[in-house]
Amino acid sequence: MSPKIGVVTFPGSLDDVDALRAVRLSGAEPVALWHGSDSLDGVDAIILPGGFSYGDYLRCGAISRFAPIMTSVVEAAGRGVPVLGICNGFQILCEAHLLPGALIGNDSRTFVCRDQRLRVETNDTTWTSAFTRGQEITIVLKNGEGHYVADEQTLDRLEAEDRVVFRYLDRNPNGSYRDIAGICNERGNVVGLMPHPEHNVDPLTGPSTDGLAFFTSAIQHLHALAG
Amino acid sequence: MADTVQHAAETPDQEQPWAELGLRGEEYHRIREILGRRPTSAELAMYSVMWSEHCSYKSSKVHLRRFGELSQETPVGKLLAGIGENAGVIDIGQGYAVTFKIESHNHPSYVEPYQGAATGVGGIVRDILAMGARPVGVMDPLRFGPLDAPDTARVLPGVVAGVGGYGNCLGLPNLGGEVVFDRSYAGNPLVNALCVGVLRHEDLHLAKATGAGNKVILYGAATGGDGIGGASILASESFDATKPSKRPSVQVGDPFMEKLLIECTLELFAARVVTGIQDFGAAGISCATSELAAAGDGGMHVDLDLVPLRDPTLAPEEILMSESQERMMAVVEPGDVDRFLEICRKWDVLATVVGEVTGDGRLVIDWHGETVVDVDPRTVAHEGPVYERPYARPGWQDEVQSRGTGGLRRPTGGDELRDEVLRLVASPNLCDKSWVTDQYDRYVRGNSVLAQPEDAGMIRIDEDTRLGVALATDCNGKFALLDPYLGAQLALAEAYRNVAVSGARPVAVSDCLNFGSPEDPAVMWQFTEAIRGLVDGCRALGTPVTGGNVSFYNQTGTTAILPTPVVGVLGVIDDVTSRTPMGFAVPGDAVVLLGETRDELDGSAWASVIHDHLGGRPPSLDLDHEQRLAELLVGAARTGLLRSAHDLSDGGLAQALAEACLRHDLGVDVVLREGVDPFVQLFSESTGRVLVSLPEDRVDELERTAAAHQVPTTRLGRVGERGGAYVVSGSFSIPLDELRARWQATIPEALGV
Repeated sequence: MSPKIGVVTFPGSLDDVDALRAVRLSGAEPVALWHGSDSLDGVDAIILPGGFSYGDYLRCGAISRFAPIMTSVVEAAGRGVPVLGICNGFQILCEAHLLPGALIGNDSRTFVCRDQRLRVETNDTTWTSAFTRGQEITIVLKNGEGHYVADEQTLDRLEAEDRVVFRYLDRNPNGSYRDIAGICNERGNVVGLMPHPEHNVDPLTGPSTDGLAFFTSAIQHLHALAG
Repeated sequence: MADTVQHAAETPDQEQPWAELGLRGEEYHRIREILGRRPTSAELAMYSVMWSEHCSYKSSKVHLRRFGELSQETPVGKLLAGIGENAGVIDIGQGYAVTFKIESHNHPSYVEPYQGAATGVGGIVRDILAMGARPVGVMDPLRFGPLDAPDTARVLPGVVAGVGGYGNCLGLPNLGGEVVFDRSYAGNPLVNALCVGVLRHEDLHLAKATGAGNKVILYGAATGGDGIGGASILASESFDATKPSKRPSVQVGDPFMEKLLIECTLELFAARVVTGIQDFGAAGISCATSELAAAGDGGMHVDLDLVPLRDPTLAPEEILMSESQERMMAVVEPGDVDRFLEICRKWDVLATVVGEVTGDGRLVIDWHGETVVDVDPRTVAHEGPVYERPYARPGWQDEVQSRGTGGLRRPTGGDELRDEVLRLVASPNLCDKSWVTDQYDRYVRGNSVLAQPEDAGMIRIDEDTRLGVALATDCNGKFALLDPYLGAQLALAEAYRNVAVSGARPVAVSDCLNFGSPEDPAVMWQFTEAIRGLVDGCRALGTPVTGGNVSFYNQTGTTAILPTPVVGVLGVIDDVTSRTPMGFAVPGDAVVLLGETRDELDGSAWASVIHDHLGGRPPSLDLDHEQRLAELLVGAARTGLLRSAHDLSDGGLAQALAEACLRHDLGVDVVLREGVDPFVQLFSESTGRVLVSLPEDRVDELERTAAAHQVPTTRLGRVGERGGAYVVSGSFSIPLDELRARWQATIPEALGV
C-alpha cells in the first residue's frame, strides 16, 4: 500500500495543489489537510506548502504556527513523522521552533523568482536520502523573505551536526547566512527549505525533475518502516 | 441628517456639487429630468460615478458597438458570453470554457505606483472570478517613461512590486506581458492587467439579480474610505499640476483577502448557492447594485446601514462611492443563505445580507430606515450620456507620414552592423527584462507550460487530456501613431502570430485601448481609426473581440500618449506537450526564416534607437498571409516539425536571432542573402515573419509544407555551439558572453541595483 502524505492548507497557502500533485506523481497517496482541524487523518508524512499564509501579516508564519493543526504537526514531528516545510512552510517550522533560526526579507528587497542551483549538503535526512551528498540540482526559488538568519553559535552547530541540508550555488539570491537554503532537525525527519521541489517534478512545467527525489526519499523511508 | 428622497423633493433649489463630482451641467439636468426632482446626495454620488467616462464609456460607446458586428463564433466554438458581461467566455471544447480580459489601471498607478498596480491586478482577477471561473494566470503589459527619466525610478519599481506583490500572493502565475519605454508615457504610465480563468460550461455565472425575494449578500472586505470618487474624478480627467493631490483616491489592496475571496467564491459556486454575482470594481456599491438590478427582472432594495464599515464615520454617499477592494455581491435564494454564510465563515470571509430582490423595477436604498436612493437602475447603469465626440485627422499626420527613414544614415560593413546590433540589444525596449519578471511567480499551480520570455504564455488546463491555452499581448504605439488604423491591426497581427508560434490556434481577442483625451478631435480620430482597424482585422482573421477596456485622458497637458491599443489574443492547443518554444535548442539544427523581408524601417526600433527618429509609414500587413502562416505553425507543432519558433517584431531579424541564442546559450551561424542589403535583412521590421529551427533532415518537409501554405522560406544557417557566438558570415561575430552582458546590463544599471 502506498504511504499517505498530507499537505496542509492554511488561509493563503498557494502551492498546496502543487505539493499534492508532486506527492501523487511520486507514487504516494496525497491527502489534503485543513489548518482548522487538529486531525492528521492518519497520514504517514506531512508537507507544509508554500504561499503567503495569513498574507505574511505580522511576520511570515507567525500566525499559522498557532493553527489547530500545528499542535498535531509538532507532536507528530516529535514521534519521527517526516515533515517537510517548503518556503512559507519553512518559515512556519521556524516560527513553531521545530527548526532553529528565522527567515527575513531578501537583501535585494524584491521578490525573487528564478531557477536556482543548489548543492545537497547531506543525504542523511528523511527527505534527501535519494540524493547523493554533494549532488548539484536545480530547484525553483521564489520568495520575498528567504534570507536565512541565525546566531553564530546556531550556525556553527548546524554545520557541526551536518544539519545544513542545501546551500545556494552561483549567486546567493537573498543574503542567507553561509548560503544556507535548507536545514533539518537533529533527528533528520523535519526538513525546511526556501526553494520549491514541488515545482520540479514534470519537465513540461518546471526547469528540472530534481524535486522528485525529495518525495521518493520520504516514500522509501516510509516503505522501509512498513516493511 | 441624511439627504432623503423626501427632503430632495422638498428642497428643489438646494445647491449640489455636481461639477466637483465630475458631472457636466447638461448631465446634471438630465438626472433631474429622469428623477423629476433634484437627486439626493446619495443619488448624485451614484450617477456621477456611473456616468463617468471610466464606467459609462460615454465617449467610446458608439464606436465600441462596432465590435458587436463581428461573428460571435471563434474558430473552435461559440462565445458563451460576449461584450457587456464582466468578461467574454469562450468554449474551448471538452466541456471547458475560458474567460479572459485586459483592463487598465493607468492613472492610479501614476499617483501611487504600488497600490495602483496591485489593485489593477485585483480588479481584473475579480472580473474573471465573477464569471464563475477559477483565475489561472495573469499577464501585465506595462509602459513607462524613458528608463533614464527620474520619475521612472519611482514608477517602474513601484508598479512592478505592486503587480508582483498582489499577483504572487494570489497564487496566480504571471505568464508574460510587455515592458515598454517611451517619453510619451512619462507622466502617464500604462498599467494594463490581463487575467485568464477556466470554468466548466455549467459553471457560467452572470451578473443579474433575478427572483423577487432573493437575498442580496455583500461579502469580502469591509468598506472603507479608500478610492472614494476614484472612478469619477481620477479616471476621467487629465492630470493637472495646479490641482490638489489625489492620493487618497487610490484604493489600497489586500491580496490575502482576495485569495480567500477566490477560494470562498469557487466553493460557493460548487455548492450551487449563487444565482447572480457581481464583483466590485470602479464605483463600488453604486455599480454592483445598479448593474445587478438593471440586468435582472425586477428591482432591488438595500439597507445601506447594514454594510460593514472599516470607518464608521462614512456618510451614505461615501459608502456608495467607496472603491474599497476585495468585495463581491451575490444574489442568493432564501433557502441557500445559511449554507452561503457557512461557507464564508469557513474561509473567514465577512458576509452580510444587505437587501433583497424586489419586483417593482426600482433600486431603493435606505439609510437607517429613510430612503436615500429611489431610481430606475437602468438609468444609472445603462442609460448614461452617450457622446458623439468630434474627430478629425490631425493636420500633422501627413507631415509625420512624409518624414520617413529614407534620409537616415544606414550602417555599412561588419563593424557598423555589429555595433548597431549591440546597441539595439542593449536598448531599454529590447534588453533583458528579468529584473522585472523575476519579481513575478511564474510557476505556482504547476501548469505554466510557457512563460516569459517566451513569445506567448501557455497554461495547461487538463492534466489528463493535455488541453491548454496560450496568450500574448502586444502593441507597437509608434506604428499606431504613424497610422492608427494599421497600427491597431499590426498589434493584433503580432499577438496573433505570437500565439501561433507557440503552436496554439488563435481564437479570440480582448483589447485595452489606451488613448489621450477624447475631447481632442485628433485623439478621437486615432481612437476611431484603431477600432476600425481592429474590427476589420478581427473579421479577416475570424477572431471575435470578447471584451476589453477603454482608458482615455492619458495625457499630460495637451500632449497625449502614443495611441496604444494593446491587443490580447487567446489561442487553444489540443496537446500542450507539442508546444513550440522560442529558443534555439540543439546545436547543428537548421535555421530558417519564414515570410518575406522588405525595406521597411519607418517606425522601427533601429530608427528610434540609432537616430531617435519616428516618422513615415508602418510596415505593410497582409492578414491573409498571417492566417496561412499561423496554419503552418499550428500544423508544424502537431507534427513536431520545429524545435523552436520565434516571432520577428521590434528590432527585426537582428534582435530575434539574439533572443533565440540567449534563451539556451546557443550560438548561431547565419549567411545572409546575396544582393539584398544586409542592413535591411537584419533590421527591417516587415511583418509576417518567424525565425524557426529544426533538424536538418526535416528542412525539406518544412519547405514543402510552407510552399503549400504559400509562405516563403529562406535558409539562414545553423544553430551553433553552447556558449558560442552570434555570427553573420562574412560580416561580424559577437561572442554570446558579450551579447548577454550588453543585453542584461541595461535595467540594473539604470536603476542602480
